[in-house]
Amino acid sequence: MPRLRAWFYRFAGLFRKSRTDAEMAAEMQAHIDFLTERNVASGMSPDDARNSALREFGGVEQIKETAREQRVWRWADEFVQDIRFGARMLRRNPSFSILAILCLTLGIGTSAAVMSWIEGILIRPYPLVAHQDRMVALFGTKEGTTEREGLSYPDFLDLQKNSTLFESFIVDRIMGTTLSIGDRAERASGGIVSANYFDALGVQPMLGRGFRPEEGEGRNAHPVTVISYLTWQDRYKGDRDIIGKTQFLNGVQHTIIGVAPEEFHGTFIGYSFNFWVPTSMQETFDTTGYKLENRGARWIEGYAFLKPGVTRQQAQAELDAIGQRLENDYPETNRGHHFEILPLWKTPFNAVANLSPTLGITAAVAFFVLLIACANVSNLLLARSLLRRHEMTMRLALGAGRRRLIKQLFTEGLLLSLIAAAGGILVAYWCRNALVLVSPVRTPGITIDYPGHLDWRVLVLSVGVCIGSTMLFALVPAIQASHVDLSGSLKSEGSGMIGGSGQSRLRSVLVFVQVALSFVLIAGTGLVLRSLVQMQNADPGFSTRSVVVSAVDLFSAGYKPDRAKIFYEQLLERIRTLPGVQSATLARLRPFSYGVYSSAPLEIEGYQPPRNEQLAADYNEVGEEYFAAIGIPIVAGREFNRTDDENAPPVAVVNQTMATKYWPGKDPVGQRLKVKDKWMEIVGLAKNANYRTKLEQSTPFFYVPVRQNFFVQNNIIIRTSQSAPAISNALAREVHALDPNLAPLDAITLQEQVDVMSYTQRLAVALLAIFGGMALFLASIGLYAVMSYSVSQSTRELGMRMALGARAGDVLRLVISRGLRLTAAGIVIGAIAALLLTRLMGNLLYQVSPRDPVSFGSALVVLIAVALIACFLPARRAARVDPARALRT
Amino acid sequence: MGKEKPDLVYGTLDMLILKALQHDPRHGLGIADRIQQMSKDILHVEQGSLYPALYRLEAQGWIKAEWGVSDNNRRARYYKLTAAGRRQLAAEQEHWSRITKGIDFVLSKA
Repeated sequence: MPRLRAWFYRFAGLFRKSRTDAEMAAEMQAHIDFLTERNVASGMSPDDARNSALREFGGVEQIKETAREQRVWRWADEFVQDIRFGARMLRRNPSFSILAILCLTLGIGTSAAVMSWIEGILIRPYPLVAHQDRMVALFGTKEGTTEREGLSYPDFLDLQKNSTLFESFIVDRIMGTTLSIGDRAERASGGIVSANYFDALGVQPMLGRGFRPEEGEGRNAHPVTVISYLTWQDRYKGDRDIIGKTQFLNGVQHTIIGVAPEEFHGTFIGYSFNFWVPTSMQETFDTTGYKLENRGARWIEGYAFLKPGVTRQQAQAELDAIGQRLENDYPETNRGHHFEILPLWKTPFNAVANLSPTLGITAAVAFFVLLIACANVSNLLLARSLLRRHEMTMRLALGAGRRRLIKQLFTEGLLLSLIAAAGGILVAYWCRNALVLVSPVRTPGITIDYPGHLDWRVLVLSVGVCIGSTMLFALVPAIQASHVDLSGSLKSEGSGMIGGSGQSRLRSVLVFVQVALSFVLIAGTGLVLRSLVQMQNADPGFSTRSVVVSAVDLFSAGYKPDRAKIFYEQLLERIRTLPGVQSATLARLRPFSYGVYSSAPLEIEGYQPPRNEQLAADYNEVGEEYFAAIGIPIVAGREFNRTDDENAPPVAVVNQTMATKYWPGKDPVGQRLKVKDKWMEIVGLAKNANYRTKLEQSTPFFYVPVRQNFFVQNNIIIRTSQSAPAISNALAREVHALDPNLAPLDAITLQEQVDVMSYTQRLAVALLAIFGGMALFLASIGLYAVMSYSVSQSTRELGMRMALGARAGDVLRLVISRGLRLTAAGIVIGAIAALLLTRLMGNLLYQVSPRDPVSFGSALVVLIAVALIACFLPARRAARVDPARALRT
Repeated sequence: MGKEKPDLVYGTLDMLILKALQHDPRHGLGIADRIQQMSKDILHVEQGSLYPALYRLEAQGWIKAEWGVSDNNRRARYYKLTAAGRRQLAAEQEHWSRITKGIDFVLSKA
């Protein structure tokens, strides 16, 4: 016990230092006063008394010092001193400190931000979910294709029933509706989820309850909904008595039974859900009909929770077995269909699939930036250590311990990296949700949500990397300092040679690494940028400029097919009479949308499929003169017209890929195919086009007339010379005239629609450009610092050269060529590294070779230009050296 | 350290201070006077070693200091023995008497 107390006293003593110093002085003064008094009492004069007392007492300062030394831990005392001194050194050289801290802050901040995105989107996307580590994405696969598909509801039930290795399965289907509260109508996104959704996720609604098991069953039997916190706050003004109130959703009155907690946004990365309904309400929200009892309708995405200790391989094996059994039991619907699970970061059906390659590359790039930043700081520290060599030598000469010097430098490095780490964390905190800012066009009411997640793992990692690297390089000068040759280095200052000693070699290596890394980044940015341009210029197979699309949400408004048909008929009539409109028609899906094309098993007259191939193709339901309106050429036969209605024989138009696959060498026009038990005659052959993205492979695709295959939800396709906003306004007027309760979605050109789908590339370009720019900036600072340092160190040599007759131009050339040599070496290595690394960018590149000479060439030009600028300033300074002064020093 | 005068056996000053404080709290000069008086003027404490020793003992938690007022109305820092200090004094006294006994034996055998 007493030991402990002693330690405490010493520790407290550290912080009470100034007070106890004063106390000590007061106490000793009192002592001297006592002695003086005693001397006076024994008959001395006051002056003599005082002098005698002082003599008797001895040196006050020495006593204090002796006391102080034993009072505290000496090293801790020194540590505080070092920190004070370090802070003073940082303040004394503010440009160095600011630069170093800025570099590190950028490096740490960006890498921590990117890591937080990866953490928040890929690794731990659902912060409220209890066992994310055991959560896997569940989906279907089709034999013979790489396509991922959803699950059917009956299959989901069978999985639940038959599995033993899974704790639970949930299914979830994103859908949209138009939500009107009061006079506000906005799009809202929601999820059709299995009744066990909230329970299985372990998410407890903050108000009310989740769904009960029975609420998942029965066609349209349970109109209940759980709303999100955001919706509750935003549209219901945080009404505490919301539970039990009702809300019309797609024309059906739903009872609000719960409010989800604030941090829970659903299980679809990219979109924040506004509400959830149980699977029983599927028909109300799905524009393509009732599917709960249809084993062939694969419309839901799922997640599964493994039981503790079960590996993914074991779980997959069980799924395979269940899939096999279902194939045997239901051959018509399940032949060739299997189930697969993947870790969350590979989830194939939400934004994760699009983002993970981009994020992977971004992480690599951010790491590069961090490396460059560290190299820069090391460079700065090295340069400074040389400048401070005089100071170090002096301190050694004055008797400072070498250990003490090393500790001092160590502390300075620590101080630097701690400040930078704090700054970096701040940057990361600001940037944690910044991904949304570069994400595609938003729809009012729909919240795009790319959650960043800054947790301790991210922070520890980034701070660790930063401190580690700073310390490493802070120590180099320390080690050098510890074998400084006292007499030698006090004499010779500023007498280096251009490109001489070992230290400058180390610094050169650092610059060289920076240049190489920057080259890789710039070349990579160039590649993605070129891809984006290529993609923008690539022809999707339809007109993008003069075609505008919009839609009216009749489904949510509760229109039945008959009424909808009349509505569309009248609306199209009105649109066609608008000025500047050439044609207008319908299509169930617009190209390049998130919607899912109809897909059906096919039978083709005269085509015998191989044994295990199930014939299927995607198709779209389109109106008359669709091809003319959207600009897809008809190669043979005719396109749809008004007479292809429900009374006429069923017809279809196929694309070229489908024609060559199923009727090789024959004219497809006049052939027949069977879709959903209906034989159709092929009346036309359309040119291939892109249907979802420009990156897709061309696949068999066909079109059927919307009049023969009607759905309430359609898009309106308008070919016009007018701008999209003008059409938007006119359209709103016409829709309002037909039904005052309706409003169309904003009309956009097909070009805008196409751009939305290339956002992965845009995101990659934005991120790479930002990071590449930062890297370039840091590398040029590094180059500049090295060059200007070596110039300042070789003043004497340069002066000598000039005294011997070199002209300013020669000196300029000497310095610049030295800088360029460094850069060139970096570029060569960078180019080799880039050639190896850009191949990994495969799926971000579009019609651009990973070795694209244009991108590599521009990286070369940019780097040389930057190097020239970075070298020019110090070179000019060198050229102005006054030989007389340089030699005298 | 090492500043104690040879007239004090090295390491005994701490014990003497504790002993001087055994009954009453005292200030620095009071402690020096008390030691001198108890030793019948044989031992004389150097001020130079007194204060470092006091701070050392305080840091060990054996004595505690407080500002107080002296008989002649001066402010002074008074030191007081703590419970731990009391135990320490006992231990050191015990130790000391064993050592001196041993030394006596050695010397008397000569």
